Amino acid sequence: MTREMSLVLQTKGITKRFPGVLANDHVDFDLYKGEIHALLGENGAGKTTLMNIIYGLYRPDAGAIFLDGRPVDIRSSKDAIAHGIGMVHQHFMLIPVFTVAENIMLGSETVRGLMLDQRSVAARVRELSHQYGLDVDPDAYVRDLPVGVQQRVEIVKALYREADILILDEPTAVLTPQEVEDLFKVIRALADRGKSVIFITHKLKEVFAVADRITVMRDGRVVGTVRPQETNEAQLAAMMVGREVILKVEKGPAHPGEEVLRVENLHVFDDRGVETVRGVSFFVRAGEVLGIAGVQGNGQTELVEALTGLRQPHSGKVVMLEHDVTGKSPRSIIETGMAHIPEDRQRYGLVLPFPVTDNLVLCTYYLPPFARSGMLNHEAIDENSRELVRKFDVRTPSPYVPVSKLSGGNQQKVIVARELSRPIKLLIANQPTRGLDVGSIEYIHKVIVRMRDAGCGVLLVSAELDEIMALSDRIAVMYKGQIMDTLSADEATREQLGLLMAGVKEEQDAIAGQ
Amino acid sequence: MDWRRFGFIALIILVLIGVVVMVGATQVSPTVIVVSMLATTISVATPLTLGALSGIYCERAGVVNIGIEGMMLASAFFGWFAAIYLNSILKVAPMPSLLIGVVVAILTGGLLGLLHAVLSVTYKVDQIIGGTVINILAIGITGFLNRQLFFERGSIFGGQVPHAPGVLPRFHIPLLADLPLVGRVFEQQPIAVSAVVLVLVTHFVLFYTRWGLRTRAVGEHPRAADTVGINVARMRYANVIIGGLIAGLAGAYFTLESVPSFEPLMTNGRGFISLAAMIFGNWSPFGAWASALVFGAAQALQINLQFFREQIPPQWAFLQQAYIVGLVPYLLTMVILTGIIGKTIPPAADGQPYEK
Repeated sequence: MTREMSLVLQTKGITKRFPGVLANDHVDFDLYKGEIHALLGENGAGKTTLMNIIYGLYRPDAGAIFLDGRPVDIRSSKDAIAHGIGMVHQHFMLIPVFTVAENIMLGSETVRGLMLDQRSVAARVRELSHQYGLDVDPDAYVRDLPVGVQQRVEIVKALYREADILILDEPTAVLTPQEVEDLFKVIRALADRGKSVIFITHKLKEVFAVADRITVMRDGRVVGTVRPQETNEAQLAAMMVGREVILKVEKGPAHPGEEVLRVENLHVFDDRGVETVRGVSFFVRAGEVLGIAGVQGNGQTELVEALTGLRQPHSGKVVMLEHDVTGKSPRSIIETGMAHIPEDRQRYGLVLPFPVTDNLVLCTYYLPPFARSGMLNHEAIDENSRELVRKFDVRTPSPYVPVSKLSGGNQQKVIVARELSRPIKLLIANQPTRGLDVGSIEYIHKVIVRMRDAGCGVLLVSAELDEIMALSDRIAVMYKGQIMDTLSADEATREQLGLLMAGVKEEQDAIAGQ
Repeated sequence: MDWRRFGFIALIILVLIGVVVMVGATQVSPTVIVVSMLATTISVATPLTLGALSGIYCERAGVVNIGIEGMMLASAFFGWFAAIYLNSILKVAPMPSLLIGVVVAILTGGLLGLLHAVLSVTYKVDQIIGGTVINILAIGITGFLNRQLFFERGSIFGGQVPHAPGVLPRFHIPLLADLPLVGRVFEQQPIAVSAVVLVLVTHFVLFYTRWGLRTRAVGEHPRAADTVGINVARMRYANVIIGGLIAGLAGAYFTLESVPSFEPLMTNGRGFISLAAMIFGNWSPFGAWASALVFGAAQALQINLQFFREQIPPQWAFLQQAYIVGLVPYLLTMVILTGIIGKTIPPAADGQPYEK
């Protein structure tokens, strides 16, 4: 390493307690000039809390922050910006109806008289984007930009404020594999020009690709700091989770049976009236998993909503188990034998203030034995929940606590228990492991494979390419509301899928033709 | 504002003016009727325009304000009370009394704006409830004080409503008001003129200044504003108070510019109609003004038709019923809010308290 080794940022004994959780427990962390330091850990390990403290959004209960060796008191993001700290949040802090230039200048505006000086901002943005290879158009509206470009806008926004320390919080979650490559190039260019980068992630592969050092956090504590050349994926995974983890899903060959779902030329519009599903056709057979890969926001949400009856399709046909269910109500679709694990479990999967017991009968409460002549039968509902909590290993103090009190993984288990305890022939799972810890992910994956082997058809929608590749028998790639191609999982490669996710098809045909 | 929307607005105004021209043409020349309709439209649209601007400041900053009706009513009362007290008890000349009355009205609105900000920004009370509280408070206070101060023996006015100092005089806009035929349209009273000026000012402030950019930012995505060091609570406070001040000016219109008297409930839903104008105008000052003019034209129709009641042809006999014509602004509000003319998009964080 030829970089000068001066410490730019250091935290000592940072402690932050939220009601019921110790989010940061005496965290020591340091960052050198020109270094790319990955902060690795599961959801809820305390990575984002630590960064929010460094960025002034939270105040620590104890501990100190040092910049260039001097203790500093960062009371707000304004202070952090003044100290040269910039942060790219996991959920972008961009205003969709503003232009790129307006978003970048917000809070640090230049004015001429009373008027905003749009022109000088645009010039500075062009200069920065040229300097760091971050191509952005200052006059474009953010809502019209793909997420990859929005992320570049966020980085330029931090550089515009003359940040020397850049915090990137889960920057790759919304990107295609190719966009991730481009982002890594940008990060390296930043480090080469003397900027220091903190890169937060829970993906093991990424830290090897880009980091100079890796700090692993678990349960609010730092487990250790290592160099990528001194470690391997299995060791890091064990540090993250606290035990050995099986990274591979075990599954045998599929034995597909008859068709359980057929979608023909489906067109769906979103709330804003934009056609987000544009002529999609596919089928799912009993005993197989069809994975739908694609970057978030390419029509997957609306597709699943149309299939499950939550959104009226504009045209096309959905046949489920030989019933035409196009535009039918969710209940009538459920009654044909469909189970749905929704994308946003807290909004569409559960009634958060309701107890576990009631959440477990949301699809069946009106049927015997749970209802008798219009009245709920609480004995049957309680009996049902006791059985399911045991069978699906839901960790809850009692079946009567509001489901909002459960952890994300256990909330997801409640949904899985409710959906899979009915006689079903088709499972539609949308982002089933988003935001879950490694243990819960393992569990959900096992359940999906078990359902498949029991002869259920599975439609798996996920933005995590690893998940799609591990579970699917066939993989369809969705891009801009269309299925780019459907590949057999045995033959598909990451590169191939990545290109399809980015909308590149011709090239792939050319490669195949060679 | 899209052109379809402006076209629809122009069409409705033309139809409303056309009805009066048709009915009155036998007696008065169409030009005179059109000019009179336009002048009345601009004048009666004043509280709606101001109310909509008030709503725009609040909602662009992310605070829903359905208390504008109450802010107007309270300001109308206190402005009028101040003017009458100065004039009849302290023997101040009519003109200064009226002007100080306007200032008192504006400050009353500002104070209620502050109350709304305290409730919705600091205490994060549901903003609809906060606004409703202000509306009920205004109805209660003005009704009570009106009776106590003016109709109780032993009150400062001795149980008699004193002679009012009149209303704000018309304002002769040089050049425009001298134009032949249409000059009369530009002979307006000061609050009506200030409403139009405020439309221009608000447009400039919202879209061309640092203040406007930050205001819109806290209304669209307060967390994003927070992360770049903008004080969300302070921006919201300031804008809700500005909205209150403007609603106060709208209140002054009722008792100091339109008629020299106060009646309980005299704002008569105008605060709510101005919210409709704001929504139909897509939260933009020009759009809101254009929509306010539609409602103004509907009211001008009602006022002007009274002159020609005798001339209404038998097949239009229902127009003789004053209450049917009086329904037009309210019917228009309902039709417009159904979204037949396309959907409007509120600021993304409108109505949501900001939690760190």
